[in-house]
Amino acid sequence: MNWKKVEIIPCCRAKPPTGYYALNSGGALNEVGGHTAEMLNLVGVLQNDKFAPRFYIAASTDNMSLQKARVLESSLVDQSGALKVKAAQFMQFYRSREVGQSYLTSVATTLIALVHAMRLMLRIRPQVILCNGPGTCIPLCLIAFFFKVVGIRWSSIFYVESIARVRRLSLSGLLLYKLQIADQFFVQWPQLQQKYPRAQYVGCLM
Amino acid sequence: MEGGKRVVFVTVGTTCFDALVKAVDNPIVKQQLSAKGYSHLLIQIGRGSYIPIKSEGEDGCLVVDYFTFSSSIADNIRSASLVISHAGSGSIFETVRLGKPLIVVVNEDLMDNHQSELAEELAERKHLLCARPQTLYQTISDMNLDSLTPYPPADAQPAAKLINRFLGFPDD
Repeated sequence: MNWKKVEIIPCCRAKPPTGYYALNSGGALNEVGGHTAEMLNLVGVLQNDKFAPRFYIAASTDNMSLQKARVLESSLVDQSGALKVKAAQFMQFYRSREVGQSYLTSVATTLIALVHAMRLMLRIRPQVILCNGPGTCIPLCLIAFFFKVVGIRWSSIFYVESIARVRRLSLSGLLLYKLQIADQFFVQWPQLQQKYPRAQYVGCLM
Repeated sequence: MEGGKRVVFVTVGTTCFDALVKAVDNPIVKQQLSAKGYSHLLIQIGRGSYIPIKSEGEDGCLVVDYFTFSSSIADNIRSASLVISHAGSGSIFETVRLGKPLIVVVNEDLMDNHQSELAEELAERKHLLCARPQTLYQTISDMNLDSLTPYPPADAQPAAKLINRFLGFPDD
């Protein structure tokens, strides 16, 4: 993992990130709505002049998350004047795995999602990716990793495991952890950090 | 304590959780809630098929009402004196953030029941009480709301600091 750090730090000092994602997921509001709130709490404390422009991506089945992101963005504009109106864009994305979908059909839908993800990522070419599960972020992170390998774009990927995960990682989290695709892997409970030593404990985001 | 009205609000979110609705509709549970000083029971039944019995509260019984969905669950939580909820993280945090006493009832019928992890952890930290549908009456009769501690405010700064450090940005 360390070689990535060495590579990325000088690159970002020279040129600050010009794009980042908050990847959310949704569908049934109360079942996965927590993910969006956690992510937006984090986005709210990042320096919004350095992390710009911002691209928010949510699942196509999710109508609530982007609405919440818009509320956050308009509050950021209020704080810093009307200058940053164009600082954020909102996009929807084919979802690779619905809550409760079987793992086998997930493979097929993930392939379709990969194609869609490729188109989105070629358009945005982010330098910083902030994501949390479930499902939606996997194709985008895989593409980002592919971009790094072939030299299209070097991005830093930050994954935040949901606060709902106390003892075990989610499927998305486990994949990104095991494949070492996330540059930094954040968990919100100390028990998880003990089980997954490369993760970093950041306390509760919600 | 608006005019002595003390509401127990039950929510299953967008799920189907008949076991919880049945559990709170149980006469023993209602009697216990009444004995604990609650006057109203409002149940959000979601996609469930079990319909609880409405009651106008004759003879000092609980006033029981229900609805399926609402866009203003937050208002229901705000006006409640006690919330009994399914284990969804959205409902849990909405309630503890508003500082309302909460009993989370874990749905044992769910296959991948990672949600009980969160409820159990927060119960261990005394931010809420955790129950199963069949032990709800026990939890209510044993409950001491003074033993609950407020959930601390969320803090995203540690994560933001790590991100800034990784990218080589100075902290503010």
